[in-house]
Amino acid sequence: MYSLLQQIASGIAMGGIYACLGLALVMIYQSTHHINFAQGEMAMFSTFIAFLLLKAGLPYWAAALVTLGFGFVAGFLIERLLLRPLGDVPELSVIVVFIGLLIGINSLAGWVFGHKLEPFPSPFPDKAFGSTLISGHELGTIGVVVVVMAVLFAFLRFTKVGLAMRASAENPVSSRLAGIPVSLMLSLGWGLSALIGAIGGLMVAPVVFLEPNMMGGVLIYAFAGALLGGIDNPWGAVAGGLIVGVVENLAGTYVVGTELKLTLALVLIVGVLLIRPSGIFGRKLVVRV
Amino acid sequence: MSALPVSPDEAPVAAQTPRATSATSWRLVAAVGLAAIALAVPFALSDYRIFLATMTLITAIAVLGLNMLVGYNGQLSLGHGALYALGAYVTAILMEHGGFAWWATLPVSAVVCFGFGLLFGWPALRLKGHYLALATFALALATPQLLKHKALEPWTGGVQGLTLLKPDAPFGWKLSQDQWLYLVVLGIAAVMFVAAWNLLRGRLGRATIAIREQPIAAAAMGIDVAYTKAMTFGISALYTGVAGSLGAIATAFVAPDSFGMFVSVFFLVGVVVGGLGTISGALVGAAFIQFIPNVADQLSKSAPSAIFAGFLILCMFLMPQGFVGLVRSARRRLQHSPRPRGGD
Repeated sequence: MYSLLQQIASGIAMGGIYACLGLALVMIYQSTHHINFAQGEMAMFSTFIAFLLLKAGLPYWAAALVTLGFGFVAGFLIERLLLRPLGDVPELSVIVVFIGLLIGINSLAGWVFGHKLEPFPSPFPDKAFGSTLISGHELGTIGVVVVVMAVLFAFLRFTKVGLAMRASAENPVSSRLAGIPVSLMLSLGWGLSALIGAIGGLMVAPVVFLEPNMMGGVLIYAFAGALLGGIDNPWGAVAGGLIVGVVENLAGTYVVGTELKLTLALVLIVGVLLIRPSGIFGRKLVVRV
Repeated sequence: MSALPVSPDEAPVAAQTPRATSATSWRLVAAVGLAAIALAVPFALSDYRIFLATMTLITAIAVLGLNMLVGYNGQLSLGHGALYALGAYVTAILMEHGGFAWWATLPVSAVVCFGFGLLFGWPALRLKGHYLALATFALALATPQLLKHKALEPWTGGVQGLTLLKPDAPFGWKLSQDQWLYLVVLGIAAVMFVAAWNLLRGRLGRATIAIREQPIAAAAMGIDVAYTKAMTFGISALYTGVAGSLGAIATAFVAPDSFGMFVSVFFLVGVVVGGLGTISGALVGAAFIQFIPNVADQLSKSAPSAIFAGFLILCMFLMPQGFVGLVRSARRRLQHSPRPRGGD
């Protein structure tokens, strides 16, 4: 029984990381209706920046802050320099560009930082309250996700910029007429998304070790979580990420074993897409012909 | 608005122009010349180069398979590496455990991959655009893990994979293994390319293209969208699977880690660089993905994929119709014929 509770606790922690990346995916999906296949690699690259800063002797929180700044600027620039000039092209072209970004960032990281597994520190103590139920890093991860969600909610709900971002995602044409700089909001969304992804990267690196391919498995679970919750709904994506994290841990421990974890993600993704493509909390997309 | 960066006039259903007869004779000369060069390859190059040429042809079959789905039908698959792996493993297992001759495994592999393609394609019909890309992306990521799984280990050889025997030339012909294999692959590739050409100009091909351009209008004109899409998926899987079988025979080895995510991405690079919705583009694309790693490997282990990434992105900006599209538009400009305005 105790080990079951342990598994659920660490499932929630892992789910928190999926939720972070899921939130990042949703931020982009809401405004552009594109799924960013390079989200994981962007987060991985940001985490490597943090690793460099830590090696240079910066304290953890300073390094993390600079990393988040880097993530934001990188996301902003990718939208400005790569996706904006692409213009209004077929969906297939956009996905091809994302795949190009995915392998491009991955090989760049391999080129610059090498393929060695690097241990990455956690900012949290090993033990939480002297309990063995949940490790300090797991509890810390959950805390970070809660904070991220609260801040994001407050930002979107109570600030003028947040309102403008929601408006331009909802109805770009009317927003532009109302004087909202829609294209700036789009870049801002990309920056925020990359920032949230970088938080996920910082949280996952102590668990899986830092290397250029560390995000492959994580991203696929983040996809599964975001789809399960509904990829156009931030809170759905968080809920989906948490559910998927717990399911992954329980199934990995008791049912299929760790060797089939990615297959489980595949089954989850195909299952959700077949049974309820809009996810649990998502809206059905109606297309006008 | 086309669903793809392919202009309608470049589809293989191009209208016959008055110049068509002279163009046909030129094409005949070109085809004969190409065939002569292709047949001369095994007698003019070293064994290693012949092997590279064989692998290029095999990759071209796989890229053609993916192009049928992506270029002609507008369904994006990021998981064709998994189908390539399926074909390779069917052949390897039949040869290792079933005592099959290498050639006898090809039809079995074709049927299995076609069946798998239909099975996977049927539910995938409901998935549009990026959802299909996502599902196939997950398939590609999960493939090595599945192949390594303990339950399949007696058959697949687990992480170690299976080692096969390279076929010798029959009837005491004085050909090296590589020369013989090249000729076999060349023959199979020629048959499959001609078949694809006929298929894509025929009823199924036209229906496939119509669905890419406008699925609802296609359905309104009486095309069975579900059937056509699933068939296209199946045939595409068949091509890629047979390529996988040939690849297993040519390298005489299969192992899970050679069928990772990157195989699917490489095929996509081949399709995009060669030209979406073109048949000859498959050859160009395959040559590209075969030879770039050979050249760039000296630079860095990561250089080939960095170059591929650059080409994927640049192609979408500068030549969305790939190399073949670029050549075609250049030729058109040279002939001073005004670009025909298609009903885009």
